[in-house]
Amino acid sequence: MSERAIDSPTSSALAGRIGLERTLTLVARLREVGIVIVLLVVVAIVTVQAPLFFSISNFEQILLNVSLIAIVAVGQTTVVLTRNVDLSVGSVVGLVAFATGDLLKEHTLGVAGAIAVGCLIGLGLGAFNGLLVAVAKVPAIVATLGTLYVYRGLDFLIAGGKQVSAIDLPRGYLGIASSTVLGVPTLILAAALIALGAAYLLRNSGAGRQLYAIGSNPTAAEVVGIPTQRLIFGAFVVCGLCAGIAGVLWGSRFGSVNALAASGLELQVIAAVVVGGVNIFGGSGTVVGAVLGAILLATIENALRILHLSEFWLLAIDGAIILLAVGTDAAIRGYFQRILMRTGRR
Amino acid sequence: MSETSPVLRLTGISKRFGAVQALTDVDVALFANEVHALVGENGAGKSTLVKILAGIHQPDAGRIQLSGEDLVLSGPAAARDLGIAVIHQHPNLFPDLTVAENVFVGRLPRNGVRGVDWGELNRTAQRLFENLGVKQSVSVPVRGLSVADQQLVEIAKSLSLDARVLVMDEPTASLSSHEVERLFTIIRQLRGRGVAILFVDHRMEEVFEIADRVSVLRDGRHVITAPINELNPAEAIRHMVGRRLETLFPKEQATIGEIALEVRGLTRRGVFSNASFQVRRGEILGLAGLVGAGRTEIARVLFGIDRADAGEVLVAGKHAEIKSPKDAMRLGIVYVPEDRHAQGLVLDFSIAANVSLPIVERLSRLLVVDRVQERQIATDYSKQLQVRSTGVEQVASGLSGGNQQKVVLAKWLATKPTVLLLDEPTQGVDIGAKAEVHRIISQLAGQGMAIVLISSELLEVLGMADRIVVLHEGRVAAEFARDDATQERVMAAATGHVEA
Repeated sequence: MSERAIDSPTSSALAGRIGLERTLTLVARLREVGIVIVLLVVVAIVTVQAPLFFSISNFEQILLNVSLIAIVAVGQTTVVLTRNVDLSVGSVVGLVAFATGDLLKEHTLGVAGAIAVGCLIGLGLGAFNGLLVAVAKVPAIVATLGTLYVYRGLDFLIAGGKQVSAIDLPRGYLGIASSTVLGVPTLILAAALIALGAAYLLRNSGAGRQLYAIGSNPTAAEVVGIPTQRLIFGAFVVCGLCAGIAGVLWGSRFGSVNALAASGLELQVIAAVVVGGVNIFGGSGTVVGAVLGAILLATIENALRILHLSEFWLLAIDGAIILLAVGTDAAIRGYFQRILMRTGRR
Repeated sequence: MSETSPVLRLTGISKRFGAVQALTDVDVALFANEVHALVGENGAGKSTLVKILAGIHQPDAGRIQLSGEDLVLSGPAAARDLGIAVIHQHPNLFPDLTVAENVFVGRLPRNGVRGVDWGELNRTAQRLFENLGVKQSVSVPVRGLSVADQQLVEIAKSLSLDARVLVMDEPTASLSSHEVERLFTIIRQLRGRGVAILFVDHRMEEVFEIADRVSVLRDGRHVITAPINELNPAEAIRHMVGRRLETLFPKEQATIGEIALEVRGLTRRGVFSNASFQVRRGEILGLAGLVGAGRTEIARVLFGIDRADAGEVLVAGKHAEIKSPKDAMRLGIVYVPEDRHAQGLVLDFSIAANVSLPIVERLSRLLVVDRVQERQIATDYSKQLQVRSTGVEQVASGLSGGNQQKVVLAKWLATKPTVLLLDEPTQGVDIGAKAEVHRIISQLAGQGMAIVLISSELLEVLGMADRIVVLHEGRVAAEFARDDATQERVMAAATGHVEA
């Protein structure tokens, strides 16, 4: 109990409130813990059913599957926090993957050069989305739905029915995905570094704070002089860059790239972000949560395959988890809101 | 005025919202063929009463009788079905539907299997408007109609429902004088047809032009009801403000310094015009006036949210260009808005993150916010303002209204302003927190800040301000020194009633 409460005439009521406020704060932070608990429950259940599931190599496989989605989810989180969404990420990954593969195949640039160009393409595509949303004021869901098709169209245009196969790619490039650093696969390490770096910056940098503020309360953000337009543009650039990085690594991870690579990835990414507790209306949620969401969905997918359940169950369970995650959030928020109302907050 | 039985009688109506007692034991009776004006200060309970009649709120106690029969207004539909039509200040229409569809929304005439009978719909609607003596095409969408025309659509709707009671909540607030005349003609016409009309307003000249009877509310209580010829505007104003204790807000004496902010002929078309005033360091300038008089709008221009069409702003004697809140903050002007939920706080953020939001760039070193310094600043201001919390890491959504208001204030103080624009700083906070906010305001003035205090509460302005500028319909109606200001004089100026 706070000592400041003692001098108040209604100190017991105040103490009750403060207790409640503590719980509220805790619940907000518990979101990530909640996902981890669900994850552990899933792991426990599946392990009992199929002991094969519980192995280092299987977990490594799951994380490898997650790593590219996680990188894209980091960018998507940045955009969703500002009350926007980027539906074009799947197309950006696909276009960058093919362009990078093509550059490597034609040996126009070295591996490092091709990777750099790939990332820059992603950045540019993100910047175009940002211009549409922040400057031209096209609603994000419409603007990026448009660029989803435009970018995929460009992909088809440069691919022209061709495909980049593993044989076409230099060994140095293919080796990235299979290499390890201190026993940890490079892809997992890269995803972890990007996620942790983004998490730190979103939480602690001035721009990161301002992104949350924009999503949480646009009017307040405007009033305190936050450059809303510039930051939303920036969020789309970051999202494009993340998709670009994932695109660059795509060929290395899967060995071949065609014009359909990463189709539908945007929905997987958004599912991960939402399950991870990022509020689709902006303003709250974390990169760590989004990555945990991606891991949860990938773990369930893996488990169902091991349990030999059909594709139907996989999709149905993914759907159920999204509804459950969002529903629980709404229920908890509603519950505490009612308590707060009853304790006399206006 | 025949002493027949009333069409609608409210007896002993009380209504409470949380800690606020909005209405206490209010009696009002409406008679057919009569315009009954309901007047009172902001917050006197007029709107609550209107919402009870509209079925939006249910009273905690009291009786509502229609033609002598008790009834319960369980919702807007119930009120409508019983013949009580309420026209709100801002008409609630569907902008993309036509005028005729809006009049008959939910009750469109059917034509067998073919659906809506458009011909019948338009003919009936047209007849309603002709009945009102108004030329109005009924097949155009409502979007694009003026507020006055939209009100007529609402009136036509109430006619089509055969409403016996018509409640109008400040219907003239956004009308031109010509439109007011047209509205009054229609009101008189409706009165002649036997409709009982409740006319909620606070402009004395209008009330005394249209009403047959006046009721005054003050602090949620019914003060007096009298036929219009037994009352004059000055008496009505005296009933509105009453006599209340004046010692709630201890104002400390502060040294008044040089001019911090001067406004010359500031104009924003359609909102306020030719506003001129100045405020000195250490001084509290009260901006009084009724809701919609242009006080908030002036503050928004001074803070760079909106732009002025004409006029000049001088900060510390120098001409200032304020194009954005950033410019205003650079010049040392900050604005603490009225609606802290919508404009003030990021509720998901901790107290510390909220406080540092306007200065987060300055607190950053190499991109990263200096957490230690941030905590320090937030703790300092929280302590100064006595924010009751578990600590500066507490999330703002869990704080009480009064404490949230203090966090908003702390946020702005962190920018070290010289001019503080406070808009309704005590709205919605309880009485204890209110006294505390007043103490803080007084203390800040004592530190040499120039403060512009916008408040709808007369007592607050009278108690706190060194000088009072009264606005009426976007113009400066009067200016009073602290010692010359009385409730009656300020209220008279605010209601556009020129003192004899």
